[in-house]
Amino acid sequence: MRHSTWYIFAFAAATCLVCSILVSSSAVLLRPLQHRNEVLFKRKNVLMAAGLASPDESLSAAEVESRFSAITPTVLDMRSGTPAEGVDAANFDVAEQPMLQVPPNKAKVAGLPEQSLVYQVMKDGDVAMIILPVEGKGLWSTLYGFLALDAQTFKIQGLTFYQHGETPGLGGEIDNPGWKALWRGKTAFDEDMNPIIEVVKGKAAEPYEVDGLSGATMTSRGVSNLVRFWLGENGYGPYLKTLEAARKG
Amino acid sequence: MGKLKKTLIEPVFDNNPIGLQILGVCSALAVTTKLQTALTMSIALTIVTALSSCFISMLRNRTPQSIRMIIQMTIISSLVIVTDQVLKAFVPDISRQLSVFVGLIITNCIVLGRAEGYAMQNPPLASFVDGIGNGLGYSMVLMLVASIRELFGLGSLFGYQVLPLASEGGWYPQNGLMVLSPAAFFIIGLSIWALRTWKTEQVGSED
Repeated sequence: MRHSTWYIFAFAAATCLVCSILVSSSAVLLRPLQHRNEVLFKRKNVLMAAGLASPDESLSAAEVESRFSAITPTVLDMRSGTPAEGVDAANFDVAEQPMLQVPPNKAKVAGLPEQSLVYQVMKDGDVAMIILPVEGKGLWSTLYGFLALDAQTFKIQGLTFYQHGETPGLGGEIDNPGWKALWRGKTAFDEDMNPIIEVVKGKAAEPYEVDGLSGATMTSRGVSNLVRFWLGENGYGPYLKTLEAARKG
Repeated sequence: MGKLKKTLIEPVFDNNPIGLQILGVCSALAVTTKLQTALTMSIALTIVTALSSCFISMLRNRTPQSIRMIIQMTIISSLVIVTDQVLKAFVPDISRQLSVFVGLIITNCIVLGRAEGYAMQNPPLASFVDGIGNGLGYSMVLMLVASIRELFGLGSLFGYQVLPLASEGGWYPQNGLMVLSPAAFFIIGLSIWALRTWKTEQVGSED
């Protein structure tokens, strides 16, 4: 059957119109649900880093919310290390922040947001624990996660990654609860507040070492680099100094 | 009715899209480390193949020959995007593990192959059933590969620990090869060999 050129154009246009309505309406209708899932997923990871939820637990939305009430999200001015004035943490979106330059680093972090959202667990009016968003290069992908520190001793309380593309079973073992548990209680800094925490090959011997993942040397090194970067002066260093000063003062 | 049943069953063993036609292998390598992701992927592909074949078949007598491929791709990609959105909204954990592979159903040769090879010549209901049948054929291979890989690679089935892992105090040392993509190649290769030994008429002629 021969069709006229006009018929072909009209047919193509009509098909595209119907399909685009289908696609855009599904995107618009499902957007609120998807957004809610993303927020819940991030919050669950904050809880896991803080040790307030275990990875095996499947938490309902309400449970995540109720446990999350123990945590205070705080917007931080990254360079000064002090809480940003007059910013509402509930509506803060780090993606809208201008990026600050950072020197080339092993974690291959390209830039630092001017302001960032961190999480604090308060106890008797003092900050007891801080949960910091971290990111950096692994072997294949950028790892995104949360690092929890004891605000008094600066020992590591937990580390969890919520997004990565490492090889399942090898580098992907950064999700292994057994390995993540190794981080708890590790010393992160030397006496001069330099980050010395390291993922080593084989078994850890010192309190600032964590067992490496077998078959995942590059991912292990990536985790080392990113944790050190974010705890260093170009990452959350200023914030940690502020906390330390408050503790001593 | 007998003809529809044949359309449904035939692609599962006699004309399996992966086993005989060697289509759709790419995603079969990627999503079969765990049964749960393989199952979700199977369901997604089956739904997309069935619906796209059905819609393409409805339009088959009106579709101009010169742009039929583009029309088919438009319909298929729209359905894939909707499927991906639905997964993201209702099963976010699984959707996260499947990452880009749901989106890549668009380029899965099985879907376009059925659209062009079957739906363009047959009525909507038969095309729908053909889509389901081919989806099931794909699913069968995926589930087989995934159960072998998850059992030997991670010692579990559907996330339930069957073999106690040596790394967690049990006796089973994980097989690292199984979680890597080449393992899927070997398993698919061996199962094609097994299938062709069973059904000798599937052996290709040497030319």
